[in-house]
Amino acid sequence: MKLLYFAWLRTRIGIAEERVDLPSGVGTVGQLLDWLRTRGPGFATALADLSVVRVAVNQDYVDIDHPVTAGDEIALFPPVTGG
Amino acid sequence: MIRVQREPFDIGRELAALTAGNCQIGGVASFVGLVRDMASARAGNMPSGNARIGALTLEHYPGMTEAKLAEIEAEARQRWPLEASLIIHRYGRMELGEGIVLVATASRHREAAFASCQFLMDWLKTKAPFWKLEETEEGAAWVAARDSDEAAAARWHPPTK
Repeated sequence: MKLLYFAWLRTRIGIAEERVDLPSGVGTVGQLLDWLRTRGPGFATALADLSVVRVAVNQDYVDIDHPVTAGDEIALFPPVTGG
Repeated sequence: MIRVQREPFDIGRELAALTAGNCQIGGVASFVGLVRDMASARAGNMPSGNARIGALTLEHYPGMTEAKLAEIEAEARQRWPLEASLIIHRYGRMELGEGIVLVATASRHREAAFASCQFLMDWLKTKAPFWKLEETEEGAAWVAARDSDEAAAARWHPPTK
């Protein structure tokens, strides 16, 4: 799957984009976030407060229970501030 | 029509192009969002010797940004009888006073144009993936989302789909 990070999530995690294999036991957005938090302090800090994290799967907003699959493009970003 | 671009936009030219050739249009409503000096506003309006403080860099999500803007525009076209509509949103670095976003709606009568223009801005601000990075005297800082923007978007009820 392709993972994208934007705004302060990108700067805290330290990367903008990466490709990872779907980890075993990860079937939902929530499980993916749990797995990401184990990957290092940058991930753990950035994903500590989910009230300021938005998730898009294949460029559509989704909830934490949304399924994730190997071919997905998954983006994590803060609440938007355009306009 | 939607456009996501780095370059500045020419408001007069864009509005002229929007209405050109359509004599059913009786009115155009437009909104232009500008880079304003938030840094000095926070510091109690103290005059800043450095005019560059307060410049913004807009980050976006190429692909999803265009898709969301198109969705929002389609929603407006479904709700109001519009003859034409336009959303231009810029990304990249912008100085104080520069235009960030231009939204324009054209209809036979003013009510649809005014209402849909406000709707487009309210939904764009809470749904289109853009993020503002502000240059302050303490360094670069990400602008936080405002609850009042969520409340403004919620006035228009959920999408019909």
